Amino acid sequence: MKNNSTTSHSIPGPEDIHRKVLSNGITVLSRSNYSSTSVVISGYVAAGSQLDPLDKLGLAYYTALGLMRGTKKADFQTIYDRLESAGASLGFGASVHNTSFGGRALAEDLPLLLSTLSDCLRNPVFPKPQMDRLKAQLLTGLAIRAQDTAEMAALEFDKLLFPEHPYGRPEDGYVETINNIDRSDIVKFHKNYYRPANMVIVVVGAIEAQQVVDLVESMLGDWKPQPAILSPDLPIIQPPINTIVQKVNIPGKSQSDIVLGTLGPKRNAPEYLAASLGNSILGQFGMMGRIGDSVREKAGLAYYASTSLNAWIENGSWEVSAGVNPENVDRAIDLIKKELRRFTSELVTQEELDDNQSNYIGRMPLSLESNNGVANSILNLERFNLGLDYLQRYPDLIRKITRQDILEAAQKYIDPDRLIIVTAGSNGSLKDNP
Amino acid sequence: MGDQIFQTQLENGLQVLLKEIHTAPIISHWVWYRVGSRYEVTGKTGISHWVEHMQFKGTPKFPAGVLDRAISRDGGMWNAFTHLDWTTFFETMPADKIDLALNLEADRMINSVYDIEEVNSERTVVISEREGSENDPLFRLDEAVQSTMFARHPYRNEVIGSINDLHAIQRDDLYAHYQRYYNPANAVIAVAGDFETNEMLEKITSHYGSLPGRALPDFVIPPEQQPEKERRVDVTGPGETTYLQIAYRAPAAANDDFFPFTILDSLITGPTSLNMFGGGGISNKTSRLYRRLVEKEFAISINGSLQATVDPFLYNIVITVHPKHTPEEVLEQVDKEIDTLLQVPVSQTEIDRAAKQARALFAYGSENITNQAFWLGYSEMFDQYSWFLNYVKRLEQVNAADLLRITREYFQPGFRVVGIYRPDGGQR
Repeated sequence: MKNNSTTSHSIPGPEDIHRKVLSNGITVLSRSNYSSTSVVISGYVAAGSQLDPLDKLGLAYYTALGLMRGTKKADFQTIYDRLESAGASLGFGASVHNTSFGGRALAEDLPLLLSTLSDCLRNPVFPKPQMDRLKAQLLTGLAIRAQDTAEMAALEFDKLLFPEHPYGRPEDGYVETINNIDRSDIVKFHKNYYRPANMVIVVVGAIEAQQVVDLVESMLGDWKPQPAILSPDLPIIQPPINTIVQKVNIPGKSQSDIVLGTLGPKRNAPEYLAASLGNSILGQFGMMGRIGDSVREKAGLAYYASTSLNAWIENGSWEVSAGVNPENVDRAIDLIKKELRRFTSELVTQEELDDNQSNYIGRMPLSLESNNGVANSILNLERFNLGLDYLQRYPDLIRKITRQDILEAAQKYIDPDRLIIVTAGSNGSLKDNP
Repeated sequence: MGDQIFQTQLENGLQVLLKEIHTAPIISHWVWYRVGSRYEVTGKTGISHWVEHMQFKGTPKFPAGVLDRAISRDGGMWNAFTHLDWTTFFETMPADKIDLALNLEADRMINSVYDIEEVNSERTVVISEREGSENDPLFRLDEAVQSTMFARHPYRNEVIGSINDLHAIQRDDLYAHYQRYYNPANAVIAVAGDFETNEMLEKITSHYGSLPGRALPDFVIPPEQQPEKERRVDVTGPGETTYLQIAYRAPAAANDDFFPFTILDSLITGPTSLNMFGGGGISNKTSRLYRRLVEKEFAISINGSLQATVDPFLYNIVITVHPKHTPEEVLEQVDKEIDTLLQVPVSQTEIDRAAKQARALFAYGSENITNQAFWLGYSEMFDQYSWFLNYVKRLEQVNAADLLRITREYFQPGFRVVGIYRPDGGQR
């Protein structure tokens, strides 16, 4: 299909991202893209797992998955019949701060997508048989998780890195906590925490921006406003005071997973971009950066060995993950620690900095190619208050970062002698006190 | 997706497909080779995939690591995949940087080094990749089902190869496989994105035109007998979850039956997306097996998959069994559903619905230039690009009689393999 306004050629900015806050507090953001006939929606309401009672971890997630199980207007099969007949999709999930949603449809079916979203957010009835069925599905999900070495290592890592904090607790809960939740908890959670204040919705695709605002207004504009939910008081997160080594034993596994790391910057920290660029050098660029080069390319120990920087509202984590044969766990950890020492004691080379700056700037068109890519970028602008012109300022922000900035960010967060080190798998041997 | 493409063949046998798309300043360049696990012999399983890995290990002109750096520095994305019938390499780059992709793909089509030390270091990487898969009960079940389904056809092997073969294959085996299959006469170049066709064709001719092409003799695969009775295979392993995998023999993609089969797949287990990039799928909660199995609490989830292949491969139904039922009870329910398909004609509304789902999946896939370039080459691996262009139209032409015939022909218990993963309760 030929487009009449080739907006996708430009980087999204204040000229073509339309933003409107409805009178009940919902923020609507939209950008047109006519290069295909589809639209995507993405967004959240401020009802995340940080609101879960400790004995009912998984409540926000269970509630989110229950939204589409039936409403005052339509039962489960009717909801899905309308969506699937149109080739559309919609889903909900929960993270620490938010209950999020995402969906896509042909542009002609955007009204269907938005009316379903509105109905599920506002009028769910959580039918008992459906919720019981869903509980069995959640419990099987947890049984499968318990067999997944990568997930179990990550779970244990978060627990040790963020003790007493929602960042350290699994959104999908534990078997006991899911079993503790009954339908009335879910009804109450929905009633208390789902509200339009602080809700954000982004729509990107083959539709005019004003039409998006009108549609969202007509579907969600009459959702009665209530004051925003205040985040619970949370403990201050402290970096690890010494190295903690933990092994999760999962019998019968060919491969062990390692997750190792420490705290990282929150998304709004001034050093976030320097840390991100440094992270790329450490374990992303090309074939997984320095760590990929050492653990996979040179030592041949792993199919994957890479790093990630996860930056949230309050804090973040800086992690290395690798999947290795149980016999190679110690060797891989030694190689990774060696790279961390180098990363925190020496400046990255000018060449590394140039390469990675060029990569960050050069890959923008690719990351903004699909409706989904654009929608997620816009959602982040809103969520972290980065400004609608952020993507346009981004190349300059990246170019300004120096080798010294990266070393300072590395040293601020990573101490190779104070790490959380978790492995999950069978028969691995870990040194007692590395 | 639009239809305008340019197609030609260079003198050395290299096929070229080009599609201009000017929605973003991006070009996606793919090289496809007709080699994958279908072309492997006993003792050398996994060799195609390993060769794909070795193609990242450098040439005299672009030593290992240089390629990665060069692509990444320009903000590009690149990767490679090995499957049953093909191996493919792609680069998606800012449009003004695409020369680098042509330069390096043409170079490594014939100049890769296969250094012995790199071969041995990569051996453990590939074994590690396999071990990662083995951690997943569904990989182990699938491997057992696939090898039970085919007695002789190489489709019986997982693409990653058997652990014994991964220990046994040597540098010279890999190099011989590379030399045999990596050449212009066995390759397809597919490029989509922000370029002028004439200019791109000139570039391709200058980079690839002088490489020597050698036609390949047919790889003879002994005919696979239709099985005469249902076969069962049991796998045990850690965990608490029981899985059931039911595999039927599916038609080859170029067979007319593939289209009604696609509609059936959509009805039974929900639409399968063939897009490699972008789009995401459509949920399957109104599919017949979801209603019968998940809604009735025989299963936790169901999933069906149909693949476009050169020879008849598998239609797999994978079911996570509900803890309160046995896999045998679930299988009984599946058979009842197939029986319904045989007894009650499918309504036109249901067929139209499946066609609309396919149309939507197409629209989602076309948001993404990499995915459009993928289709240019992928469709050539099992048929021609016209297969892709006519796909939705052919689905729309399917009628209830076709579906009945397909159900009778392909969904016979005698032709299927039933695999069950039984958890041993963590006693291993």
